[in-house]
Amino acid sequence: MTEGTKASKSLSVFSRRKRVYTVTILCVLALFFFASAVTRYDPSAGLAALPRAFLWIVSNLVPDEKALTRLPNILKKLTETALLSVAVTVTAAVFAFFFSLMGSKTTRPSEPAAKAVRITAAFFRNVPDVVWAILLMFSFGQNILTGFFALFFTTFGMLTRAFIETVDEVSADCVEALHATGATYMQTVFQGIVPSSVSEILTWVLFMIETNIRSSTLIGILTGTGIGYLFDLYYKRLDYASASLVVLSIVVLVIVLETITGKIRKVIL
Amino acid sequence: MALLEVKNLSKTYDNVTTALQDISLSVEEGEFVSVIGPSGAGKSTLLRSINRLVDASQGTILFDGQDITRVKGKELRRVRTKTGMIFQHYNLVNRLSVIENVLHGRLGYKSALSGSVGYYTEGEKEQAFVILSKLGLTEQAYKRCDELSGGQKQRVGIARALMQEPRLILCDEPIASLDPGSSKVIMDYLREINKTMKITCLVNLHQVEVAVRYSERIIGITGGTVVYDGPAGELSERMIHSIYQSAEGGLITDVRERQ
Repeated sequence: MTEGTKASKSLSVFSRRKRVYTVTILCVLALFFFASAVTRYDPSAGLAALPRAFLWIVSNLVPDEKALTRLPNILKKLTETALLSVAVTVTAAVFAFFFSLMGSKTTRPSEPAAKAVRITAAFFRNVPDVVWAILLMFSFGQNILTGFFALFFTTFGMLTRAFIETVDEVSADCVEALHATGATYMQTVFQGIVPSSVSEILTWVLFMIETNIRSSTLIGILTGTGIGYLFDLYYKRLDYASASLVVLSIVVLVIVLETITGKIRKVIL
Repeated sequence: MALLEVKNLSKTYDNVTTALQDISLSVEEGEFVSVIGPSGAGKSTLLRSINRLVDASQGTILFDGQDITRVKGKELRRVRTKTGMIFQHYNLVNRLSVIENVLHGRLGYKSALSGSVGYYTEGEKEQAFVILSKLGLTEQAYKRCDELSGGQKQRVGIARALMQEPRLILCDEPIASLDPGSSKVIMDYLREINKTMKITCLVNLHQVEVAVRYSERIIGITGGTVVYDGPAGELSERMIHSIYQSAEGGLITDVRERQ
């Protein structure tokens, strides 16, 4: 091949890339206008409404003195919700860990069993917790158990999946070595897999506790329990100041938890 | 009687890839044998079928006169405790301390429960410290394994194998990830263990010179079959090339000789 054809070939690579970018951008724009036309969404009107919305928020959603008198009650419900999330997540984590052992490549008893575990986990994970709550309300009614199980199912599905990946990642080498010493299955799990993956597992559990505090608010609205119930109550009474105090307190709690868990993670790792 | 006898051993993965083909060999008690051969020749599979991490497709394996090809459960655990294994990537539990990793060598002797919770007797702990001091790791005993250098990790691997009180140690490329200095330390320890404790060593190696210098006997494997089995001193240049299926001058070992 001569220099000339080489040069023109590399040129054609560049021009092709340019063409791909142009076509992509045009496609995205076309999709946007198509979707806007179908849903009758007007971007300029949306932007124009922003300042008004902001003003409304400032005048209605800033907690006033009356809202502050409700703070003790809000904090009580908030602790209840937070503790429920912790309880749910820890219980789900224990179940998920033993399930993930059956799903992981290095520790599964057989391939069909592993597949069954993965499918079960995917099912529990992919039904949204709000849907679980609505379904469970038929059997438990407006009860704290409904919220507990709704969160438990999604957390269990999520953590099983995460733990399978963690166990796969950390343990292939040490599992082989422990088998070679004559260790039993349970010995390999508790002496090899658990110590190798404990910090990843803890990171996931802490993350799920945070997530569950957020979701439990929404589920509480449905089931009439916890902090979600309070939010619903104030909102329906048009007491927006108190409702926004509820939201603010949840945000503060999640931020505080994030800082604490960040520190815990640093210590373990 | 030979400590280890492999008879007509074959292994195919998923009925497609042939790793071992009709391999027969025997190893006497106290021997130091190296296995050489190109990557993918079946060296690792051979070692792993001896302690049953891999199940052979055909053939028999006799360990100390007992047919272990199909043993299961308790009996398999007992066989494995008598066979230590050392890995290229050390295969330690990195987040645990050195001493805990060494004590893992006792798991095969313990009940499922006491092993799971990590309960070891005082005697076992003392024994672990004796082995650690022999390998020059006393100061590292309470360090986490991920703080150690490669050479130190491999010494922990050896300590774990010794903790099993094995009769045979299988080494799968023990120095392939180590620098020349640490490699010498590790090979010297293996030779010392072999000479003073009379533990039989079967070592997979990539470095032909190392195999020649350290072992009494060399087994050459290529394409899943044994092509050489004899004294290290009698391994000819020609034989090496036929084991690695390379032309004259095609091996890294040829470079030095030309100068």
